[in-house]
Amino acid sequence: MSAFSPSPAGGLSVLACLRAFALSLLLIAYAGPCFAGPFEDAVAKFANDDFSDSEEAVDAIAASGNSLAYPIISALQDERLMFDAETKKVFVKQPDGKAIDAATGAPVDSIPDSADQVRLNNKLRRHVEAALGGLTLMSPDLATRLAAAQSVFKSHEEAVLPTVESALAKETSRTVKTALGEARAAILLFKSDASDVDKLEAIATIKARGDQDAMAMLSDVGGDQPPAVAKAAAAAVASIKSTLAIWSAVQNAWYGLSLGSVLLLAAIGLAITFGVMGVINMAHGEMVMLGAYSTFVVQEVIRTRYPGLFDYSLVIAVPLAFLVSGAVGILIERSIIRFLYGRPLETLLATWGLSLVLQQAVRTLFGPTNREVGNPSWMSGAFELGHMTITYNRLWILCFTLAVFVILLAMLRFTSLGLQMRAVTQNRRMAASMGIATSRVDALTFGLGSGIAGIAGVALSQIDNVSPNLGQSYIIDSFMVVVFGGVGNLWGTLVGAFTLGVANKFLEPVAGAVLGKIAILVLIILFIQKRPRGLFALKGRAVEA
Amino acid sequence: MMDHMLTRSLDRAATSFLLVVAACGILIPLSNLLLPAGSMFQVPTYLVALWGKYVCYAILALSIDLIWGYCGILSLGHGAFFALGGYAMGMYLMRQIGTRGVYGNPLLPDFMVFLNWQKLPWYWYGFDMFPFALLMVVLVPGLLAFGFGWFAFRSRVTGVYLSIITQAMTYALLLGFFRNDFGFGGNNGLTDFKDILGFNVQAEGTRAALFALSCLALIIAFLICRAVVSSKLGKVLIAIRDAESRTRFIGYRVESYKLFVFTLSACMAGVAGALYVPQVGIINPSEFAPGNSIEAVIWVAVGGRGTLIGAALGAVVVNYAKTFFTSGALAPYWLFMLGAMFVLVTLLLPKGIVGTFNSFWEPFRTRRLTEASAAREDGVSEPKMAE
Repeated sequence: MSAFSPSPAGGLSVLACLRAFALSLLLIAYAGPCFAGPFEDAVAKFANDDFSDSEEAVDAIAASGNSLAYPIISALQDERLMFDAETKKVFVKQPDGKAIDAATGAPVDSIPDSADQVRLNNKLRRHVEAALGGLTLMSPDLATRLAAAQSVFKSHEEAVLPTVESALAKETSRTVKTALGEARAAILLFKSDASDVDKLEAIATIKARGDQDAMAMLSDVGGDQPPAVAKAAAAAVASIKSTLAIWSAVQNAWYGLSLGSVLLLAAIGLAITFGVMGVINMAHGEMVMLGAYSTFVVQEVIRTRYPGLFDYSLVIAVPLAFLVSGAVGILIERSIIRFLYGRPLETLLATWGLSLVLQQAVRTLFGPTNREVGNPSWMSGAFELGHMTITYNRLWILCFTLAVFVILLAMLRFTSLGLQMRAVTQNRRMAASMGIATSRVDALTFGLGSGIAGIAGVALSQIDNVSPNLGQSYIIDSFMVVVFGGVGNLWGTLVGAFTLGVANKFLEPVAGAVLGKIAILVLIILFIQKRPRGLFALKGRAVEA
Repeated sequence: MMDHMLTRSLDRAATSFLLVVAACGILIPLSNLLLPAGSMFQVPTYLVALWGKYVCYAILALSIDLIWGYCGILSLGHGAFFALGGYAMGMYLMRQIGTRGVYGNPLLPDFMVFLNWQKLPWYWYGFDMFPFALLMVVLVPGLLAFGFGWFAFRSRVTGVYLSIITQAMTYALLLGFFRNDFGFGGNNGLTDFKDILGFNVQAEGTRAALFALSCLALIIAFLICRAVVSSKLGKVLIAIRDAESRTRFIGYRVESYKLFVFTLSACMAGVAGALYVPQVGIINPSEFAPGNSIEAVIWVAVGGRGTLIGAALGAVVVNYAKTFFTSGALAPYWLFMLGAMFVLVTLLLPKGIVGTFNSFWEPFRTRRLTEASAAREDGVSEPKMAE
């Protein structure tokens, strides 16, 4: 029965407490509105079955600081507060089915049959919400206090102002203090008898908050306010609007970069194979999928055998996925694609067939449903930057993509395989004449491209569903990146991927996700009018491949 | 002139193919309607509808073969033209429902009432008239293909680039048609059809007639294709397929030829879709799925590209296999088979069934032809097709 511990807000004397306790022992049969003290009087008001009386009761109870205040008002909110019109007694039905007397907190065997629910209307509901907000402002838990302050900010009920002010005076945490300040400002702004100076100050505080809620609140400031206040509010709205517009552009750019990094990761392998071999690998998406499933398998093994290693699962999965997808790629190249050189359209069909087989194989092995791949702790969560939220997994994927890109670039530039690959890309026959084993280069290129797709799968498993269709959802976009960026130069893929990603995200809010995508496709079709071989086309004399 | 074109375009294989199709088109509906149910020779109605579907696929395959087999344009988005033709027909069928819909709105199809639309979108006007719908069946895919081809061919987008772009086109349409606010029924598409030209679409007689019509359309499409590929235009197309730049250097406007044949092919695909919809009773955005278009390409590859007959045959064979396997216990393995078909056909049977058969038969035929032309000085020999 913690109900009788005096709350720090004070208000009920120890004497009253004792008396209430003593009375509660005698209770039940003996009843009547004879309890002294504002709290008991307020509680009794619920029994009048009158909305304005109930409002007064809520406000008074909230102000009383009694520890029963929270259970009573929240019971009212949940329609668990009952009253008996004859005995003028009020009961709280606990969520577990037991009942207590609202005035004393003493347990009651049963609520009389004549008892009715205390009715609520919208006005009363607002009072209830504000009162609850005020009550939790004093909670020892920081998160609760913050949430309460924010809910007061939204409801800006005048009745809570004293509570907010006393909470503000006691508050130690800076975040909560700011939130409380904003809540106080919100109340003052709409308080009819607050001075203009207070209101202007309030507007400044709310403007400093600068988010959507603040803007909505300031635009609510109507003509009934003094002209100076209304004018300041309008100016503040305009200023918030422009700041928010900038932030939303920044946010879109970030989403775009994030999408672009995913596209780059998925497309870069495709660009390499297409550049070197002139072969469109329709099974590229399935290499991505294999990478994602490798991650799943690694995590399963870790989960069952070495749970402590979970945070390192991705570090293990990356090389493994590279090997799995790369090996499958080399296998495909040796067994199928090398017989189809010079027939790019047939290669396209054959690899499409392979993609069907691979998908179905994975479906048979792992089932058609999504598989659970977890985020390691260092990849979950998010942080706030100004008015935007950045999730760690997206950030890591962006960094990872750039790292892969740089490594690949260095490989092409400084290793002998890279040199050979570039030579074959530029002129296959000449490269062969110079003694480069083009078929070996082809196999390794295909393996490399597939392996990178596998790595992409590891990254994608962190932000997408791991299902047999995973690859399908990226393949067309990856093609677009390759077509847009051109082949034979990785920078084209980089620029293509980020351009498409950012353009997509900027079109989305304007045109909607689907229309945005369609617009991108149309733009690409128009773009290749100007540059049929993409942004960074190879210059050379070859007329036809 | 017309007479000349026809006789020139028909060799013995083509004639027998046409005869077989015509025989099916006449005999199957007759047997379905005239013979008593349960009779050994009676074709049940469900089979008529199923085979009607295959015939529509055969027309689609023909249209793909025309551009891929003879002009080297691999379109991975032909399903889009097929579906657009189907949607045009579906819109006509929707308008025919009238007050018999669930909501009984005389003007608006059910899904629009459901979406709380007050008036018919402008692009639905006119679809209550059958001739207009027929015109749209040809015009909409044709115009899309013309616009798309105009942009693509003019900027010399060829080979795999073109394939990818066509795939993106059908993907974009897929996304678009999935949306409710496009006004084509969202992901449910158009269904629940009642009448076509006043006949109940479910009735046996209508199904039989639709089957006969599909066969007729297949015959006409085949004749058109034959006429195109055996004309001088057809020779240029083959030249473009085999050496595009060389053809251009000789002085032909390659893009105009390609544009013509691409548009023609899209119109044919549209007609196929229009015949398909009343027979299956539904058209929805999944017809736009890139996978469907690629599957249609494999029909052509299996049958043999550049043979026309092979394309039609491939469509029927592959789809028969699909029906057979996906309805049985082997259903989970169908995708393995389909995938393996893609791989094996391209690796081992690059000419397809008919092409392989032809090349096997070639020596005998050449001898026969030489003998024939020795006897008849003005004999026109079939040009040998280069790969």
